[in-house]
Amino acid sequence: MKLIFKKSVPGRGTTIFDPLSQAVQPLPDSLMRGDPPALPEVSELEVIRHFTGLSRRNFGVDSHFYPLGSCTMKYNPRIDELTASLPGFTGLHPHWATIPAARALCQGALAVIWELERFLAEIGGMKAGCLQPMAGAHGELAGVLMIAAYHRTRGNHGKKVMLVPDSAHGTNPASAAMAGFSVRTVPSAPNGEIDFDAFRAALDETVAGVMLTCPNTHGLFERQVAEIARLAHEQDALLYYDGANLNAILGKVRPGDLGFDVMHFNLHKTFSTPHGMGGPGSGAVAVGERLEAFLPGPRIIRGENGDFDLMTPEHSIGAIAPFFGSFLVGLRAWTYIRAHGRDGLPKVAEAAVLNANYVLARLKDHFHAPFGDRCMHECVLNATRQVAAGQVKALDIAKALLDRGFHAPTVYFPLTVPECLMIEPTETESRETLDAFCEAMIEIARLAEADPEALKQAPTSMPVGRLDEVKAARELNCSC
Amino acid sequence: MNPESLRYSDEYEWIGESNGVYVVGITDFAQEKLGDITYVELPAVGKKIARGEEAAIVESVKAASDVFAPVSGTVIEVNYALENDPGLINRDPFGRGWIFKLDGINQKEYEELMSYIAYRAFCQGES
Repeated sequence: MKLIFKKSVPGRGTTIFDPLSQAVQPLPDSLMRGDPPALPEVSELEVIRHFTGLSRRNFGVDSHFYPLGSCTMKYNPRIDELTASLPGFTGLHPHWATIPAARALCQGALAVIWELERFLAEIGGMKAGCLQPMAGAHGELAGVLMIAAYHRTRGNHGKKVMLVPDSAHGTNPASAAMAGFSVRTVPSAPNGEIDFDAFRAALDETVAGVMLTCPNTHGLFERQVAEIARLAHEQDALLYYDGANLNAILGKVRPGDLGFDVMHFNLHKTFSTPHGMGGPGSGAVAVGERLEAFLPGPRIIRGENGDFDLMTPEHSIGAIAPFFGSFLVGLRAWTYIRAHGRDGLPKVAEAAVLNANYVLARLKDHFHAPFGDRCMHECVLNATRQVAAGQVKALDIAKALLDRGFHAPTVYFPLTVPECLMIEPTETESRETLDAFCEAMIEIARLAEADPEALKQAPTSMPVGRLDEVKAARELNCSC
Repeated sequence: MNPESLRYSDEYEWIGESNGVYVVGITDFAQEKLGDITYVELPAVGKKIARGEEAAIVESVKAASDVFAPVSGTVIEVNYALENDPGLINRDPFGRGWIFKLDGINQKEYEELMSYIAYRAFCQGES
């Protein structure tokens, strides 16, 4: 497909008369650019065809099953878009909230933020929430900065270490390191849960916090989590809950009840806001009693007369994003929560776990399942059997799925599982879709035995064939 | 270098003596697991590092991994050829894919590392 600039023809443009082109020059000559902007000169119809053509090449959840593990690529209900496009919200200027005289003009938006923070705190079993962080890793950073501030305030100067399991998302150790902690890795046990003895051995008075994902990236609930929390608190170490996999326990289990002190929510995962291509995301955080005074500020409070106002907590780590984060993303999440209600949210978790177990049950005889035949919201398989037989790798299986109309699952993550295929169907997929996906996987497993070379050529039906990712990584060239 | 004469850490580094200094790299098993290596971050020459400390970073299309110092010592030379051709580690992990050289190493730590035979058995348990 040609770039739109290659379709440009001098002088071509829209056929509709544009009164703005008659406007008076708004700036003095000294501020005007000499050359016209290098915009493509194409007709309106060509623009429409160009971008419609591009959108058809999109491989998204609106058109394809997208079982990307640990990413929760669930369907984005259109009712979320409806509220997020209401002009009463889209026409707001964020400074109306920060200017006291203008605050009356955006009380509705402040009410949404205030209410959503309370919803999230309730879902997390936490005391209070904050919508500022713009993405999951940003929420992690906010969380570990609060843990650091907590220890500073208490004079716990020896607290230098963050414990992170080896199955964690790479953002966990990165966030801890950015906040100034050194990271101590805790290995997984053969059953896929944290190695409890190794955790106990790693926990000493220098440990400031423990970052856990539960269920973890092996798709397993950490059954020792309450004991881990108890032991950590004995050392005055705080517990961080990485909310990447919250979809598995939504409305069923509250991290705060398990002993976690701080958590983030990926609104773009669990709460169905649009996801991918770099955002906008939202990594809202919530904290328990120990950390409430450290939340990012300013926060929104409701006065006795019902008006919403701003307040910065006593020991706040300060603003970590402009204004209130991705407000329209938060509004979509608010809509999702209101649309499901207290009774609907647990059903999300139930269906997500059921779907993942269905996929695992159908595929475990065709691919190695390193952690047995039960999982939470995602299942981990791998291609070690196919690699050992000299057939194909996980990457070939992922590429072959594209030709069969499915997005690839996450591959080669978590790092603890060689040749990993991590499948998260989410709750919004039907049994028919899951069956079609499983049948494609089984067909690929058979083809790996019969004709592995055919799979190594995949994909052959996409706009481009197998991409040379090594060349792309080694010879990165972003200029054009 | 001849893999049979080297010593090995449980983090898949090898170390061997050559002309009085100790050369460090990652093993064939490690490069195979990582896949095509796309970037190597080398340690600073002159840096003193302790056993188990992060010395270099190796990135592949699959993951970024730390390379740890298998023994304590001082970095006296690094393999700048890896900056332009990180695939040397894939093609020749025990030779032209070496990563850094150490001097003044802790001899006791060196003796504690695995032999070739012990390392082979270790990898079989891991794969």
